[in-house]
Amino acid sequence: MIKLYQNTDKSETLKMIDVLIIGAGGAGLVSAIHAKQAGASVQVICQKTPTRSQTSMAQGGINAALNHHNDDDSVEAHISDTLKSSHGIGSLEAIEKLCTEGIDAIKWLDEIGVPFSRDENAKIAQRRLGGASGIRACYAQDYSGLKILHTLYDYANKLGIEFIDEHFLLNFITHQDENSKQIAGATFINLKNGDAEAYYAKTVIVATGGYSRVYHKHSTNATGSTGDGIAAAIRAGAHLSDMEFVQFHPTGLKNSSILISESARGAGGYLVNSKGERFTNELLPRDELSRAILTEIEKGEDIYLDIRHLGEAFINEELPQERKLAKLYENIDPVTDLIPIKPVAHYTMGGIRVDKHSQTSIKNLFAVGECANRSVHGGNRLGGNSLLELIVFGKEAGINAANTAKNLKKFAVNNHQLTSDSNFVTGVKYFTNQIDFYEKREFMGNIFYNNAGIVKDDMGLKAVLGAVRQMQKELPFMGPRDKSKIYNTNLVEFIEFGNMVELAEIILVCAISRVESRGSHYRSDAPREVDHAFKAHTITWKEDGVLCADFVGDKA
Amino acid sequence: MKISIKRHTIEPEVHEEVIEYSVELEDVTLLQALTEIKTKHDATLSFESDCRSSVCGSCAMRVNGKEVLACAHKVQEGDVIEPLKNMPIIRDLVVDNSQAMAFNKSSHAWASDVTNPQQPTHDNALFNALQSDCILCGSCYSACPVYSVNPEFKGPFALTRVWRYVSDVREEDAQDKIEVIQNNGIWDCTLCNECVPVCPQGIAPKQDITMLRNKSGMMGFMDPAFSNNFGGGGFDNNFGSFDGSPDFGAPQF
Repeated sequence: MIKLYQNTDKSETLKMIDVLIIGAGGAGLVSAIHAKQAGASVQVICQKTPTRSQTSMAQGGINAALNHHNDDDSVEAHISDTLKSSHGIGSLEAIEKLCTEGIDAIKWLDEIGVPFSRDENAKIAQRRLGGASGIRACYAQDYSGLKILHTLYDYANKLGIEFIDEHFLLNFITHQDENSKQIAGATFINLKNGDAEAYYAKTVIVATGGYSRVYHKHSTNATGSTGDGIAAAIRAGAHLSDMEFVQFHPTGLKNSSILISESARGAGGYLVNSKGERFTNELLPRDELSRAILTEIEKGEDIYLDIRHLGEAFINEELPQERKLAKLYENIDPVTDLIPIKPVAHYTMGGIRVDKHSQTSIKNLFAVGECANRSVHGGNRLGGNSLLELIVFGKEAGINAANTAKNLKKFAVNNHQLTSDSNFVTGVKYFTNQIDFYEKREFMGNIFYNNAGIVKDDMGLKAVLGAVRQMQKELPFMGPRDKSKIYNTNLVEFIEFGNMVELAEIILVCAISRVESRGSHYRSDAPREVDHAFKAHTITWKEDGVLCADFVGDKA
Repeated sequence: MKISIKRHTIEPEVHEEVIEYSVELEDVTLLQALTEIKTKHDATLSFESDCRSSVCGSCAMRVNGKEVLACAHKVQEGDVIEPLKNMPIIRDLVVDNSQAMAFNKSSHAWASDVTNPQQPTHDNALFNALQSDCILCGSCYSACPVYSVNPEFKGPFALTRVWRYVSDVREEDAQDKIEVIQNNGIWDCTLCNECVPVCPQGIAPKQDITMLRNKSGMMGFMDPAFSNNFGGGGFDNNFGSFDGSPDFGAPQF
């Protein structure tokens, strides 16, 4: 053991920075900005380049009870709506913080230059999203996420934040001393040369996004939403929570799963079946609406979103993206035609379990955004709350990581993780390729959508679990077909698939264990909430590579 | 359907080759066709993509010589696919856009510090809403003839981004932004319009550059070609726009 420590490359410790942020989407950028402003040295490392992230796709808006419509909206109403939607497993502390600080979050975004849409009174324009008792979502046309993301990027540039592009996360580096385990950095593939590289830091913030791409083509998400940070976290010993909670968005385009924003319904769009009949209240929460649509589809109906009555001028000003995408992918014009839709995986409430400081169960590893579970969404997220989560808890994570790092001296770290990951990056090219992982990826998406999606039951879930465990065994018989080092996206997609297979087992084990229905988790064989057994978080972790699960209630 | 893709690899040595692929798909986007090729026929084909809905800016490339987003182009029989121009090719259709991205920073494309900024009206917000639709895909740098000969030229999307902040009523002091875009910036543009038709978001960087020139004039800055010709001394000085480089940006008399 002593000998191994002598191998430690001391020069690595000199490069140790205060805060390493993994991911340059909204959550990563907000964390970086606040960590930097708190005086920490900061690096942001990302898989592509900044702004190529899921945040760009958020259309509907960001909630804050500004009451610009004088409809008696209030922070209390926002809290109450969010609590209700969380179905008993949202944390009151987290939700109160989210909604209360929401007001200042919008003020901050306004000051750094986010170009929100404005109403006739020169106030930030707001619109109603599903499940909201007030007109509460601030927006920038239907580019709310894009414009917030890019403004954050510009502000990060202003602060001189260092970005490291084209690095794909492999694993976290932890440091074990006699007392406890703490974070020490992370390893990546440098896509430009194909080498494994280590970045050492006193604190790490993981902001790598959700895992909706487990549902593959049945998801609105960008292809990068493969849960890489979450998979790395559980491998490093972190706890995950509530992984069975996946939100389905009622209105994805039927063929491509491209999102048609909730604002289309908020503005008065109808859902109709093949006979042209409305069959539900379009402003129901997303889980109830998705199930209502699924029921109709199972009767053999095709489902359409109808926004024709909103008029061309309105559609052009408020929903220009929707019009463009419907034309491109479905060959229809929403001004004159019905839009064919189906519910698709949209947002993953589960993630890396964090405490009220946004810290994970690994010391000095923080998590924020969709990869984290800060317990604000609970069993079901409200539209407009995820962008807000990034701003409020990105600040929390950034400041806490910076302050933690200030009180921490640089320390020596052994390079075992880098050695092991370098070996993996070399060795994975020798996997046998008898089985095509792209086919398995598509297959997994289909069986998840059909049996572990909007409506689940015990038999279906166990069948999918059997298939997933088989895939885990088969991974060494898959592998990348491209053996090159430079910019090997085939290799990246294979590792992403490996991460998804790892998370798939966890999602299924959680969904099988939770024999009830709550929020987005709906079991046809147990259609009621069962508070005495399940009003609790599903916690998962690994011990010596073995998956463990337990239900844990919130501390009062 | 047959399409041709210009492949570019650098290992074991630099190699360029146009390869023709058959795709059994009709009425699909180029991105769907590329994904089909990669997952079913040739896993070594390299390209970037993420959102599939034209907002992440990852999949800009050229089809038959014109810049498009692969996710927004309906692929046609005989299409010839190439990477963006004016940027180093990393592999196949993947280019290194880091230099163009760095111009956002060197152009000070951000909001100045203000607290309790003036609130834009509905019309104010609409006035420059288009400029913030930019997704930094890089199509405009690929199409820009000035950037192709002057790699220091700050270029279309960075200058559009500056105008987005300068034209914002919340901006109280745009002096530093206007200053840093004088050299290798707004006056180097030839207003040739190449950047305009290639923008997938319908932004006209040329127009924004013209606006920045007007703003610069109002703030006391001058076109260097103009000042050289008429205020900069005799023939022993720089020869202004007569040094051989075209400068259609100089005021016309």
